[in-house]
Amino acid sequence: MEKFTKLTGIAAPLPMMNVDTDMIIPKQFLKTIARTGLGKNLFDEMRYDDNGNEISDFVLNKPAYRNAQILVSGDNFGCGSSREHAPWALLDFGIRVVIAPSFADIFYNNCFKNGILPIVLPQEQVDMLMDDAARGSNATVTVDLEEQTISGPDGGTISFDVDPFRKHCLLNGLDDIGLTLEKAAAIDAFEAKAAAERPWV
Amino acid sequence: MTAPKTLYDKIWDAHLAHEAEDGTSLLYIDRHLVHEVTSPQAFEGLRMAGRTVRAPHKTIAVPDHNVPTTEDRVNGITNPESRIQVEALDTNAKDFGIHYYPVSDIRQGIVHIVGPEQGWTLPGMTVVCGDSHTATHGAFGALAHGIGTSEVEHVLATQTLIQKKSKNMKVEITGKLAPGVTAKDITLSVIGHTGTAGGTGYVIEYCGEAIRDLSMEGRMTVCNMAIEGGARAGLIAPDEKTFAYVKGRPHAPKGEDWDKAMAWWATLQSDEDAHWDKVVTLRGEDIAPVVTWGTSPEDVLPITATVPDPAQFTGGKVDAARRSLDYMGLKPGTPLSEIEIDTVFIGSCTNGRIEDLRAAAAVLKGHKIKPGLRGMVVPGSGLVRAQAEEEGLADIFRDAGFEWRLAGCSMCLAMNPDQLSPGERCAATSNRNFEGRQGRGGRTHLMSPAMAAAAAITGRLTDVRDLTRENEPA
Ligand code: SF4
Repeated sequence: MEKFTKLTGIAAPLPMMNVDTDMIIPKQFLKTIARTGLGKNLFDEMRYDDNGNEISDFVLNKPAYRNAQILVSGDNFGCGSSREHAPWALLDFGIRVVIAPSFADIFYNNCFKNGILPIVLPQEQVDMLMDDAARGSNATVTVDLEEQTISGPDGGTISFDVDPFRKHCLLNGLDDIGLTLEKAAAIDAFEAKAAAERPWV
Repeated sequence: MTAPKTLYDKIWDAHLAHEAEDGTSLLYIDRHLVHEVTSPQAFEGLRMAGRTVRAPHKTIAVPDHNVPTTEDRVNGITNPESRIQVEALDTNAKDFGIHYYPVSDIRQGIVHIVGPEQGWTLPGMTVVCGDSHTATHGAFGALAHGIGTSEVEHVLATQTLIQKKSKNMKVEITGKLAPGVTAKDITLSVIGHTGTAGGTGYVIEYCGEAIRDLSMEGRMTVCNMAIEGGARAGLIAPDEKTFAYVKGRPHAPKGEDWDKAMAWWATLQSDEDAHWDKVVTLRGEDIAPVVTWGTSPEDVLPITATVPDPAQFTGGKVDAARRSLDYMGLKPGTPLSEIEIDTVFIGSCTNGRIEDLRAAAAVLKGHKIKPGLRGMVVPGSGLVRAQAEEEGLADIFRDAGFEWRLAGCSMCLAMNPDQLSPGERCAATSNRNFEGRQGRGGRTHLMSPAMAAAAAITGRLTDVRDLTRENEPA
């Protein structure tokens, strides 16, 4: 997994609530057996018309946001399915940070496994960043994970919360499986105890 | 004396393999269900790292999302990408030595229907699957939740999941349900009440008389949609119905093991004075047959209501409702029962079990579906299909004009050939009405199997109570 430390990039506004995983990456693109290559179909149904042409007023099609690395959106972002294709598509497009007032549980989890930082902020602060983001390519925002801060184009700084373990993994690009395998003895011990107590499992 | 615990607390404590100081925990996983869409990258990850599956005998795979549901599927899957995914699962199951139900096996079906049917899902277990509707298995009093592909790989390699404990939420449905009201109406009404984010951060336990009165099939319908309410999992405490359902299934415990299991299962209830972080109570009598009008599962109203005006909402929901109505092609004030439909889909892991087919067939019996309407019944597994044929339900569906399909996810998500075309309006028993969920531009109204059958007869969203009243002798 790629590390996440500090990022300065363009923030794109997507002022909608309940952005679901079918919007982020529609099911016809889940047939891949790879993790990469999904960026071109990110938000496919909002981004392209029936003939596959770009819909010019969709935010990621606008010249100012084509290289956006940060997405600012509404409540319950990422609701719906468990498909990790959603964060894979965001990552493949180049998005490394999503900011919203709330996230759906599985999506939130999946982001951390792929080097994407999801940030929960109160509605007022999201509204402020949404305004900043609406200013196009001037909307350069810096997200510093170590410091847990977001600095806007006008110099104002917002702090955010993040689980310390997840922060540690993201900062160091750590592989969860590797970390867990270090605890193999604990798993072995548990497994032996459970097998005695619940032999039918 | 130990502190009183919820059912969730008990299952959690019984599966805690390791806990760090900050509460980050390794939860041991008893059952890992796998399907073809969210697993190829996980198996590939194992191969690349030279890892194996830690507990292949606790890992069960079945293809469901991509498989065609027409008879000609015996000749193979025509869509090359779908075929590659299913073939990848064939190969992975073989290479890693896990239990497998291939497309040709009569036991094949939707993973959340196959697990309980085969007795893989048991009370008190931890169950995961790379699929959000894993919540279904909570109906057995198992802690079951959906995970992403990286977590699938993590469970394959370590048989554990990194977790932080969720909060406890109790959803109580008191009293009795009125005639014509089903498990699907309960679960949709709860989401209508709490919103799609109302359960975020919680594990829900459903309880109350109306829940106890439900069959195991009905309980699975309720838990299935816990995820639509944002919860990590939904649970129902096991009872005599649960044990009767489980007993004798191929992978259920037998003999001495059964007795031992029963002794533990009998303790699997929330203690009386357990602490709840949030409590929601609905009266069973107040629940009506409902349908969805918008593009979020929280857009729920009784069938007797009218399409709402976006202006009546607050905050971001005003814009969301406006967008929904635009997408759905609906005008505020229209009675829901005047909305005409093109297609009826009965199936999915929410409502593809035998009881669901019985409920739909009971309404359809002696009726024909509206001419020009497309009706599709897709049993949730090959065994459900066989049973429905034996009970004569298949004939009722066929006689009414429905297509009688083979098992799979089918039109629940349109990853296979079963799809809506743009603008096509569908009465569906599945669980998601998102934009494009059943096909690009397709319009979905969620409802119970009985309501879907009623809609098939009249060609519009219909109060099933109107039809069943007609059927009653004068
Ligand atoms: S039936 Fe639908 S919701 Fe259920 S597993 Fe299949 S695609 Fe998912």
